[in-house]
Amino acid sequence: MTLNLDTHVPAVEPEIRPQAPQDWVKIGLIVLVFAFFAVILIVPVIYVFVGAFSNGLPGFLRTLSSREFLNALKLTLLAVVVAVPLNVIFGLCAALVIARKSFRGRTFLLSIIDLPFSISPVVAGLMLVSLYGRQGLLHPVLQTLDLRIIFAFPGIVLATILGGMPFVAREVIPVLEEIGDEEEEAARTLGANGWQTFWRVTLPSIRWALTYGIILTTARAMGEFGSIAIVSSNLIGRTQTLTLFVDSSYRNYDSQGAFATAVVLAGLAALTLVIKQVLEHFYSQRYKAK
Amino acid sequence: MQKISIPWIVVFAHMFIILLLPLAALMLRAIVLNPAEFWALATTPIALSTYNITFGTAAIAGLVNMLAGTLTAWVLVRYQFPGKRFLDGIVDLPFALPTAVAGVTLATVYSQSGWLGQFFTPFGIQIAFSRVGVAIAMIFVSLPFVVRTVQPVLQEVEPTVEEAAWALGASRFQTFWKVILPPIIPAILTGTAQAFARAVGEFGSVVLVAANVPFQDLIAPVLVFQRLEQADIPGATVTGLVLLLISLMLLLIINLLQAWGRRYDA
Repeated sequence: MTLNLDTHVPAVEPEIRPQAPQDWVKIGLIVLVFAFFAVILIVPVIYVFVGAFSNGLPGFLRTLSSREFLNALKLTLLAVVVAVPLNVIFGLCAALVIARKSFRGRTFLLSIIDLPFSISPVVAGLMLVSLYGRQGLLHPVLQTLDLRIIFAFPGIVLATILGGMPFVAREVIPVLEEIGDEEEEAARTLGANGWQTFWRVTLPSIRWALTYGIILTTARAMGEFGSIAIVSSNLIGRTQTLTLFVDSSYRNYDSQGAFATAVVLAGLAALTLVIKQVLEHFYSQRYKAK
Repeated sequence: MQKISIPWIVVFAHMFIILLLPLAALMLRAIVLNPAEFWALATTPIALSTYNITFGTAAIAGLVNMLAGTLTAWVLVRYQFPGKRFLDGIVDLPFALPTAVAGVTLATVYSQSGWLGQFFTPFGIQIAFSRVGVAIAMIFVSLPFVVRTVQPVLQEVEPTVEEAAWALGASRFQTFWKVILPPIIPAILTGTAQAFARAVGEFGSVVLVAANVPFQDLIAPVLVFQRLEQADIPGATVTGLVLLLISLMLLLIINLLQAWGRRYDA
């Protein structure tokens, strides 16, 4: 029900539209938005780059070649390598189940998957400590098995998985719902088994959404901080990730080191956004072509 | 039948191990405390002041984002201007940027001699290491929500409807208030509620920007962290559970607001 009154309007329109003052309002609003963004976002983000090079390029490179930085980078990448594939497989399965099956409690399942977005990262870390920590429920079991989770690498991985859980499902579900299941149905009728249908029919049509979901999961995994701060003992070189390295360098008055590491993380964040724009562009092109 | 069961198993195993089991553990640890003890830990003067500071500051951040976010969405949908694509692109930056990075840079830029902080120092206003800094960090991390919920809805509002209002003699103020605003109100409220919920739970950026002094700028999530560091597990559990319950309540409100917004789709 679009209200289209175009046919009646043109005759009166020019007199009613106050053109000049409208332009001033427009310019004023645009300036206001840019001022807000400058103060909250643009200036602080520019400062990350300035701070990183406050001791020039040599200082920047010294941080990036320090053992603490390299260890933190290694630990972050390891956490990403373990956490992201698990979340991607989970997200794909969840999306297939939610978009393709109708069952009771579907909305409820969706809210549970979204839950990690609503929980404070501190609470997420605390949940893991309640389960695996020294006074945790599973502590006796872990002790007999001689396993350490909290204050160790497994804790960091669990926290990273928890934080990035919803992304893939969230990106893929709307696309699956939009494309419908006719093509999958056709493939099945023509004798394809479930795996072939997924690999040859479903996957190609969700690949952009899936890629974006993977990127978001990865970005989140690299930036995870609050929950990791809680489950990690922050022993330098042992359980220090990049974000914890930023935090501890800053607190130890090594602001150049903190910003050099921050610039690496900010660069990755900026890359995420660029890839997002590119994917959206691709997607809209394809959409138009159809 | 087999192809159905594999995704189901993966979904439930992952959800159970990663999310539900730890969630149950936190709740169980809180339940074993007796109610009097729970109440005492949940309402210590420091705890009460952290709730006050957290919700008060998050409400201010939500309000700022409500106004600035709606304005940003309006400008992005209705106007053509140089730098529009850039502005649209950086809206999502706070979601992509790690909170620890946001924390160190806001703390530096808004320090007394920082790029932006220096303009406030002559007036005796301290931003970093005060509640104002906490508010700015909260505004930063929750900035995209309102913009991204209002933008698509505003796109759907036909300019012809506005023109009709003008043609029928409505002033610009009336047009905005009676024609443009009503259909986007659910989106504005949804985005604001999401921004508020995010600000309430925020830890990484705030812990670095604030001085984390009780009764001044200590927020509830940082209190949980401090209590854990001091090995006060019951105290951390109780405050953590309070935060968790509030998050769940906010999630419910957001879902209701979204359902209300869908009314306009029909």
